[in-house]
Amino acid sequence: MIAVVDYGAGNLTSVMKALAHLQAEAAITRDPNVVGSADKIILPGVGHFSATSILEREGLKSAILRGVERGVPFLGICVGMQWLFESSTEAPGTDGLGLLAGACAKFPDAVKSPHVGWNSLVCHDGSRLLRGISSGAFVYFTHSYSAPVVPATVARCEYGGEFSAAVERDNLFGVQFHPEKSGATGLRLLENFCDLS
Amino acid sequence: MLTKRIIACLDVNAGRVVKGVQFQQLRDAGDPAELALAHSEAGADEVVLLDISATHEGRATLVETVRRTARELFIPFTVGGGIRSLEDATAVFEAGADKISINSAALADPALITRIAKRYGSQAVIVAIDAKCIKGDARFEAYVSGGRKPTGRDAIAWAREAEDRGAGEILLTSMDRDGTGTGFDCELTSACSDAVRIPVIASGGGGDTQSFVEVFRDGRADAALAASIFHFGLRQLGNLKQELQSAGIAVRWPC
Repeated sequence: MIAVVDYGAGNLTSVMKALAHLQAEAAITRDPNVVGSADKIILPGVGHFSATSILEREGLKSAILRGVERGVPFLGICVGMQWLFESSTEAPGTDGLGLLAGACAKFPDAVKSPHVGWNSLVCHDGSRLLRGISSGAFVYFTHSYSAPVVPATVARCEYGGEFSAAVERDNLFGVQFHPEKSGATGLRLLENFCDLS
Repeated sequence: MLTKRIIACLDVNAGRVVKGVQFQQLRDAGDPAELALAHSEAGADEVVLLDISATHEGRATLVETVRRTARELFIPFTVGGGIRSLEDATAVFEAGADKISINSAALADPALITRIAKRYGSQAVIVAIDAKCIKGDARFEAYVSGGRKPTGRDAIAWAREAEDRGAGEILLTSMDRDGTGTGFDCELTSACSDAVRIPVIASGGGGDTQSFVEVFRDGRADAALAASIFHFGLRQLGNLKQELQSAGIAVRWPC
């Protein structure tokens, strides 16, 4: 069972709909015990980085960390991916999970913000999450802050500079874009995640 | 590269798409769910469902229509028309909308923008502005109630306020051009695009490929909306994107 973590940030319907389309067994939950015993964990997220502080308060952060340490595949979407980093200038007092080094930051003033719409990926070889998805594929973004390119980056995107569109390290996965809103490309990515063992 | 978006708009009355032309490949040309999916497959970057039901009974079907339409749609899906409160917005989000669009209700109670943005994020809130050129003046006035009532508000100043209050995008309709097919109002669109940092969706007047090229290039629009079933058939949506690409406009094609 895939635990889709509900921490009061935005709207989880779209992610659940995409998982239902893929016939994956999934449940929305905010119960640390359910998260801790799930086969896979998805942390969706739209909205403010500070909303992730709820994860710590409700015991979800430690449940997620326990799962990740056990080798359970984890996918963070949008703010859920940014949370894997150390921090974000959006909420200076809120710590991320810190499993990836670096801080998320606002787009430069030279470009409109938020970055909304379909942008293309530059994919690195060997990603399990991006199997069957090549450079040039379009995916849907909506965000005002972005994560730096790091060794775990498996897809980059260009908007006022390069940023991490997807990260992957062992059982840890994250995407800045919304796979549940990215047409066939996004469904393929979610299917790849569901197929991980 | 961030691409320019082509957004297909479905006008829905009591759960049925109106203004439709008959598509031979569809079983039911008036079904929003089937039409939304067909547009997504034809290359639309987003779908907007605009409820224009005049009666209370007609409106009551909206949530169910949204639920059915959203079920198999995996591109961004916006719902507008008749959303007057956070509760109305919540019902539509829970039925599967990704964004809502508010117009008259936002002008009547601008704090509504902030309330919805706080709960669902700014990316989920589109403020729609119906603007009309003031005769003998280079300014534009915002109208409400489906373009029937002038507000005395400057449309561009209102767009800026909407951004400050938490809107994530502006859907800007030129009432002078709407339904004419004579091209978008690039003057209006560029004035708005320069005044705000959030994306501007141009609407009203979309016709041939050149009109889309102009609104992206001269109007500096981030997206263009068309009641596509009214203006072009499904096959033409792909043609439009191919032609835009040939004209040097970055679009998501092939999808």
